[in-house]
Amino acid sequence: MNVKITINGKLITREVPENRRLLDFLREDLGLKGTKYGCDQGECGACSIILNNKIVTSCIILMAQIPQNSTVLTIEGTDHVLQLIQEKFKEFGAAQCGACTTGMIMAATSLLHLDPKVNQKEIEDGLCGVLCRCTGYTKIYDAVKEAQKQL
Amino acid sequence: MFLVKEFSSEVDSMAVGKRLKRKDADTKVTGEAPYAYDMSFADEQYLAVIRSPYAHARIVNIAIDYKILESLGVVAGTAKDIPGKNILHVILDDWPLLAEKVVRHVGEPVVILVAASLHLAEEARKYVSIEYIEIPAVFDPVEAKDHPTIQIFEENNVCSYWQQKNGDVEKGFAESDIVIENEYRTPAQEHAYIETQGCIAVPQGHDSMTVYGSMQCPFYVQRCVAEILGMEWSKVNIIQTTTGGAFGGKEDVPNQVGSLAALGAWLVRKPVKFLLTREEDIETTSKRHPAVIRYKTGVTKQGELKAIKVEVFLNTGAYATLAPAVLYRAAMHAAGPYRCGNVDVQAYAVTTNLVPFGAFRGFGSPQVIFPGEEQMDRAAESIGMDPSDFRELHILKVGDKTTFGQVIDQSVGLEQTLHKAREQSGWYKKRKPTPTIAQVLEEQKKGKYRRKGIGISTIFYGCFLGAAGKLMSRSGAYVQVEPDGSVRFAVGTTEMGQGMITVLSQIVAEELGIEYEKVYMTPVDTSRVPDSGPTVASRATIMSGRALQDACKQLRTLIYDKVALKYEVDATDIEIKEFQIQEITTQKKLLSVSDAIKLVYQERGQIAVAGWDVAPPTHYDNEKGQGDAYSAYAWCTNIVEVEVDSQIGTVDILNIWAAHDVGKAINPQTLEGQIEGGSLQGLGYGRYEEIIFTPEGRVLSNNLGTYLIPTTKETPKIHSIIVEDPWSGGPYGAKGIGEQPLMGIAPALTNAIANAVGVRLNTIPATPERVWAAIQEKIEEEKV
Repeated sequence: MNVKITINGKLITREVPENRRLLDFLREDLGLKGTKYGCDQGECGACSIILNNKIVTSCIILMAQIPQNSTVLTIEGTDHVLQLIQEKFKEFGAAQCGACTTGMIMAATSLLHLDPKVNQKEIEDGLCGVLCRCTGYTKIYDAVKEAQKQL
Repeated sequence: MFLVKEFSSEVDSMAVGKRLKRKDADTKVTGEAPYAYDMSFADEQYLAVIRSPYAHARIVNIAIDYKILESLGVVAGTAKDIPGKNILHVILDDWPLLAEKVVRHVGEPVVILVAASLHLAEEARKYVSIEYIEIPAVFDPVEAKDHPTIQIFEENNVCSYWQQKNGDVEKGFAESDIVIENEYRTPAQEHAYIETQGCIAVPQGHDSMTVYGSMQCPFYVQRCVAEILGMEWSKVNIIQTTTGGAFGGKEDVPNQVGSLAALGAWLVRKPVKFLLTREEDIETTSKRHPAVIRYKTGVTKQGELKAIKVEVFLNTGAYATLAPAVLYRAAMHAAGPYRCGNVDVQAYAVTTNLVPFGAFRGFGSPQVIFPGEEQMDRAAESIGMDPSDFRELHILKVGDKTTFGQVIDQSVGLEQTLHKAREQSGWYKKRKPTPTIAQVLEEQKKGKYRRKGIGISTIFYGCFLGAAGKLMSRSGAYVQVEPDGSVRFAVGTTEMGQGMITVLSQIVAEELGIEYEKVYMTPVDTSRVPDSGPTVASRATIMSGRALQDACKQLRTLIYDKVALKYEVDATDIEIKEFQIQEITTQKKLLSVSDAIKLVYQERGQIAVAGWDVAPPTHYDNEKGQGDAYSAYAWCTNIVEVEVDSQIGTVDILNIWAAHDVGKAINPQTLEGQIEGGSLQGLGYGRYEEIIFTPEGRVLSNNLGTYLIPTTKETPKIHSIIVEDPWSGGPYGAKGIGEQPLMGIAPALTNAIANAVGVRLNTIPATPERVWAAIQEKIEEEKV
């Protein structure tokens, strides 16, 4: 099938098998390896990206499920909120092993896009789809809250 | 060597003690840090593994349709195709790379398939048929020990034994007013690192082999690959890729993953990628040993701790792998950080037909700390004492002897951690009398179901490998200054997320008086430094730190000599202060350290040195059950606050206070990261996580939808409390911290549950089902 999709602001037209996963399309076909693999089942959230302004796990989305002319934002993208959160993750030591980090940053970006004034409870709800095994989430909260202050 | 007492971060530090930004953060937040699955090589091939469907079976025949495979371009490999020894060395050499005659657990590798795509390798499975005859299997360690017919390891299935003996335990029980005896069970815990296991083997024909991969212990992999391929060690090079979490799970497993890839690469003479899916990873790789622990404690009404007797049965699964070392730590930590004159610990590691269990943060200690700290609480309860006061009576202080007879003459911060955790949590205010079940039911009648409770644990951690692993307790370092004034260094221990690169860079910056921003660590590569042992046992900061200090000291001398010559001053009268080299007597600044490095370079002086470190001596006499088990000890008090629904058994965790004596916080931010993350993983162990096996010995909870780890929604407020009681052997006084944050959370949690609803658990995790069942049992027992 032919896909027409805007990824990180760039229009991409490609021929792909219908059962190509979005994760593999990003990583293998486009070489956008910042989106990570974690579980194949949408459970861990490491492969989270923003599709049409919604946070999704790219390992359980097939290219055939994506409407034409969709937009995707990945960790490689340019976005004010995304770059701010990346900076705060560095400052607060919110990335440890890094395997969940890009998924977590995308989830936080999506959350603050929707509402920059979310409270602690809403941050917890917004990030609960991404598993982190290193940080105990504490430094991640610190980074997101500091980013909020600057929005 | 740096004098601990003279060093103060506020006054003297250039880098150590500061919250400096992690060295690996830049590429991790952009996703550019290269993990194994992000790498690719020209003409790379993929590997699939055909694994045993049975827990215990004889292999009768392996039929491979080589003709079809050849036409498809698929290459198969069996045990017969291994050019060297079919052994993955860990400790006891009982673990084969590919099963040949017998399979001993579900998921054991039997045949490998290598092809140009993973799809093709998977498709080729149908051209291999393996005929098995099932034989009886055993899954419980108590049952497996001395099993009359099922033999997995030698004659009695016991692959390791350690003991502690102190005084006369029977006399101690005779002198006790109250004796508390229980049998406990702890689960298999999955590491659930977010990056699954993976290695890529790149051959140079049959001449040499390079393996890239996600791992903790490259030198283990180097030896295994060399022995499997029958190559000299010098021809095998291992390069660690960015490692996305490990927690012990990438200690010995990469021996297998890397060797399977290397065998594949050797067979096809092309790069071979072996990346595990999440399900394959959970089903077939190591986990925390499940255990059965029998624990008996004797106390007097006045609160004397008279006797402790423990029997430990670690379920090691099908192969010993790390069990002898894991069991040693279990045995040493079984009686806790207390003074007790009469102790008897008997610990056995028993093989069964489950997946081989292995290293996991805490390394055998969480299995005994849960029962031990439950027993301390039950003892306090039996004599009507506050559990924190009862512990305070018995905890080790400077000059005390451990239950295994080691006098600890310095750096004992346990009391401080207890005081601080108690104070910050508001312990005495929050700690309400534990209700009787009648009181709980009475409240239920009034519509009050939720009750708060607070619990405590006090623990210690024997830093580094200790006497059982002392032969591996070495570390190398290499430091090279560059003509532009920057510094690069290499070590043999690995970064897996814990922050080692950052902390070691701080040590190098401090030692050389160079700006932290100018210090770089090169990726870990077995060709750069000699075998530095494994990155385990919370040892990287200390041992690589000391090796780096050794190297930097040599470099300072080299630099000072050239500066002395040029400025016509005495080389012994030079020091580094605030990134400058100055004369000690006159305090006159001579030049910046960066300029001094340039000077050495221009003068054609030596600008690279190697450092080395060996752990201080330890010795353990297992016949006597006494010895100097570890070089140093870290200490910790955990307090957990919960709210329990007494009607349905759910447990919400409100707060964790985690007070750790680490000797010296080299970087308080990464240290807090270790405490927060470790505490949550410990909470997972106590409250949520349990691998479920089918009656046939297969892992049932094989993905992150059925094996639940804490999400943001289950995470309480975690309060890190740092205590610094320096250890003279550590860099700037530092001790290990990697594992300790996990170890004592489970019992602090179950003790809090007991305080809330008055029931005790002998099994973790504290699922709602278990808490509910314990409440029902108590109602039954007390006939209320």
